[in-house]
Amino acid sequence: MATSHAGENYINHEKGLWSWLTTLDHKRIGIMYMISVMAFFFIGGMFALAIRLELFSVGKTIVEAQTYNQMMTFHGTIMVFMVIVPGLPAVFGNFFLPIMIGAKDVAFPRLNLLSWYLLMLGATIAVSSMFFGGVDTGWTFYTPYSIKGSIGVINMTLGAFIMGMSSILTGLNFIVTVHKLRCPGMTMNRIPLFIWALYSTAIIQVLATPVLGITLLLLVAERVLGVGIFDPALGGDPVLYQHFFWFYSHPAVYIMILPALGVVSELITTYSRKTIFGYKAIAYSSIAIAAVSFFVWGHHLFVSGQSEVAGILFSFITMLVGVPTAIKVFNWVATMYRGSIQLKTPMLYAIGFMFVFTIGGVTGIMLATVGMDVHFHDTYFVVAHFHYVMVGGTLFALMGAIFHWLPKMFGKMHNEAMARLSFVFVFIGFNVTFFPQFILGSLGMPRRYFDYLPEYEPLNRISTMGSWVIALGFIVGLITIIHALLKGKQAPDNPWGSTTLEWQTKSPPVFHNFDSTPSVNGGPYEYR
Amino acid sequence: MSIAKEGEVHHFAHHFDDADHEYESTKQGVWLFMVTEVLMFGALLVGYLIFKGLYPEVFEQGGDTLNWKLGATNTVVLIFSSLTMALGIYYIRIDDRKKALLNLGITLICGFIFLGIKYIEYSHKFHLGIFPGKYFHAEGFMPDAPLYFSFYYMLTGLHGLHVVIGMGLIAWIMIRVARGTYSSSYWTGVEGVGIFWHLVDLVWIYLFPLLYLVG
Amino acid sequence: MLSLLLTSLGHASTFMPPQASTIAPAVDRLYAFLLIISVLASILVIAGMLYFIFKYRRKSETEKSAYITHNHLAEFLWSFIPLVLFIVAFVWGWKVYHDLRFAPENAYEIFVRGQQWSWEFEYQNGHKSPAELYVPVGRPVKLLMTSSDVIHSFFIPSFRVKQDVLPGRYSSIWFEVKEPGEYQIFCTEYCGLQHSSMLAKVVAVPQKDFDMWVSGKAVSNLSPEEQGHKTYIARNCNSCHSIDGSAVVGPTFKGNFGLTRQFEDGGSAVVDENYLRESILDSQKHIVKGYTKVMPTYEGVLEDKEVEALIAFIKSLKN
Repeated sequence: MATSHAGENYINHEKGLWSWLTTLDHKRIGIMYMISVMAFFFIGGMFALAIRLELFSVGKTIVEAQTYNQMMTFHGTIMVFMVIVPGLPAVFGNFFLPIMIGAKDVAFPRLNLLSWYLLMLGATIAVSSMFFGGVDTGWTFYTPYSIKGSIGVINMTLGAFIMGMSSILTGLNFIVTVHKLRCPGMTMNRIPLFIWALYSTAIIQVLATPVLGITLLLLVAERVLGVGIFDPALGGDPVLYQHFFWFYSHPAVYIMILPALGVVSELITTYSRKTIFGYKAIAYSSIAIAAVSFFVWGHHLFVSGQSEVAGILFSFITMLVGVPTAIKVFNWVATMYRGSIQLKTPMLYAIGFMFVFTIGGVTGIMLATVGMDVHFHDTYFVVAHFHYVMVGGTLFALMGAIFHWLPKMFGKMHNEAMARLSFVFVFIGFNVTFFPQFILGSLGMPRRYFDYLPEYEPLNRISTMGSWVIALGFIVGLITIIHALLKGKQAPDNPWGSTTLEWQTKSPPVFHNFDSTPSVNGGPYEYR
Repeated sequence: MSIAKEGEVHHFAHHFDDADHEYESTKQGVWLFMVTEVLMFGALLVGYLIFKGLYPEVFEQGGDTLNWKLGATNTVVLIFSSLTMALGIYYIRIDDRKKALLNLGITLICGFIFLGIKYIEYSHKFHLGIFPGKYFHAEGFMPDAPLYFSFYYMLTGLHGLHVVIGMGLIAWIMIRVARGTYSSSYWTGVEGVGIFWHLVDLVWIYLFPLLYLVG
Repeated sequence: MLSLLLTSLGHASTFMPPQASTIAPAVDRLYAFLLIISVLASILVIAGMLYFIFKYRRKSETEKSAYITHNHLAEFLWSFIPLVLFIVAFVWGWKVYHDLRFAPENAYEIFVRGQQWSWEFEYQNGHKSPAELYVPVGRPVKLLMTSSDVIHSFFIPSFRVKQDVLPGRYSSIWFEVKEPGEYQIFCTEYCGLQHSSMLAKVVAVPQKDFDMWVSGKAVSNLSPEEQGHKTYIARNCNSCHSIDGSAVVGPTFKGNFGLTRQFEDGGSAVVDENYLRESILDSQKHIVKGYTKVMPTYEGVLEDKEVEALIAFIKSLKN
């Protein structure tokens, strides 16, 4: 058992850029993911602001329709494949999964590094499509439109395919790590809920992503080899593409949200200083959501011409997802009951998460109601719904995770007042941006519109102004993080008084995570 | 973990308890990867079955066009290669490096025979103008025949790519066997490649009847 | 919040477009139900959360919390009650969906063709109407829809109906309009450059007027230039050709007539009636220098009198 020298940690263990680029340490790979995801988020966010600015007024505001369509495609693709999917699992999963189960690393460190390089390669190829005529298909690449436009779509889908491989390898790595590398006493019923969430996510990554892989390969073959499987002109079926695409992409929605649910479980118990209410219900509901998520893809096709029976079945199964989700929300509220609640920034993000996620959830039920979806389908109601879940959900959890784990990852404390200010801007800005979009959707404004009818203008203006407030919130957040890294006070090992394993080692952790292998004799949240 | 010298005991990576722990974990990882492979081919086969249901006559005619004798030969070649692959693993586990190398070599040659036969089949079709989808210009086929051949080329092409990757992996472990990396105390790499090769074989066992015998 | 609830109870149409079809009130009642349980559920969760944050705020650094691991009854209730509500929503949604899908036997059928980026409606007597879907009030209308190129989606918010329009097959939709008037049609499946301009209008008129219109008896008293301007808007020529001199996707119509055009392939021609006719019907033949080959051909799409009206309109646009 290697013991570390005083003051030695994973950051100063080796020096130089090369030692980072060739590292097999899960913590360093997590940091590399963090930097890349933040860079992608910046690019995707710029596109988002430009989209909102264009929609400030009726008609052309800043760009032409062609540019707008490409911007919305890049915004969607970057945010989905490069930010939200790798966001929590690859950044915080990589850094904390081994530590939280008392392991020294993930099962396959080389594969882990390869995943990062694959993400970078895929992202580069996808973004290079800008130089091949751009892509204006939307992130869904629906056929036959996607096989008729510019050749940039080949780069984009090939890039997404490679990023999918990265996602598969990460998932595979996590499953084996959770199965095989738990420390003595860490039974499956004692792993933290964030780990349960990552484990459920990994199952989806491994089982669903291959189908996206083959779908995107077929799309590339469609363009390059003229294969006609999705092309109605050659006897193919464009709706089959939609089935294949959503067979992955709906479970992918849970790849995006499950880790966020896990983070919120961690935050609520830590800052309520109280054991989680219904550990097993929350843990198994993650698995339940993962399992059911494979059988709901058809709710994206309620108006595509699938049979009535299919529509009804998919509507029913989709409703079932609501149950484990509701269990989680109620259990979180119950965890706060008779707790000792401290409103630190991560807790604010967790509260904000529950606020917007509830709205995202109930509007999800509206969309799952098949007769109602006919009106809402492909309108701004859907845009508002998934931003409430993806931004208000995943991104809020991501921000909460950053401020929760920053002291552990870098050994520095952030400025609490500034961090809270960033939350206030993000929370208000978010609701101002996206709530009006529910109303726009109800009124019938379709999505992916470069231009709209004059009667939609006032609400669009409010929405655009909200986007500026969100941007401000993220800028303040970024400054807070940079300030903490440069000028932050030395963090104690366990600043929040948390009981999970990552807080029992040094801040920042030593190279092998723990000076001696920990052993566990109780649940993860023993606040007594 | 550097490449071990001949006769040296394998050192497992630092985050495992012992070599057995590492072996079990790696094997689980390989099997999970196989699951992703099955799902990828599975999705394509679902597409195949949907279109076969829509245009059964087209698929029958397409199946009749293929030379089932060549397909059957390839099936035998691959099944035989799976046997030699299994023998290769067996011999490395009893430290018989020479016989292991011989069997892995035969497996590799089987891979070349398979690709050779595939080359004959492909070039014959290209000669007749049987190309996938919109480049199809052969005479005497039903209007939707290109669709069958789209599936034929996608399925066999993707499978062929896996054969090539499998052969590369076999060549790589042969070098490592020759260098003495593997022994009765450490044979994870050989077994992993073996599992992959069996999967490639298994996929073909499904493709052969679905594509060649459908007529 | 209370007024919101009352409004939705009373009118069952909060934030929804006017209820112009017979099915719209049924959809809106479902919406009101969903909205009310959603608002109640959200209030329950959010208010409970805020109350706990206040009541159980940390008062001292050494404070202990209660150790409560689970409660089977509570957990059963908050799984079971949502499940019941979800099933009610599901069954109700199913009923509405069924009514939305199945047109009455006696429905009047109209063909709809979507193409990048316009709609065309064809009546049983062969009469074609671009961008304006005339329908009779008080009679079920069934639309049989297909696309000439990519996937579109046909959406009339005021009728609460929507259906994807696919190339190579027919899909259908039905509605019965309650009041005469004009209603917006959108394309809701992303279809490329001018997706957001792929608009049309439903014009609902009494049966008598409809019969007259469809049999072509509606006499047009517009001049050829005015008729051409109408066609220019209706056929979405305006999404690519301006009339104010600015270059959009294609050349402007302003001052076009009489110019000598240089082509991408090196040739040239003077813009006259024949050139305009050829450019409309066989649009891919000559491409003006500096532009790309994106315009669809209108052979068989435009009627002769529409082409003539367009030419008259372009001629009238002098510098």
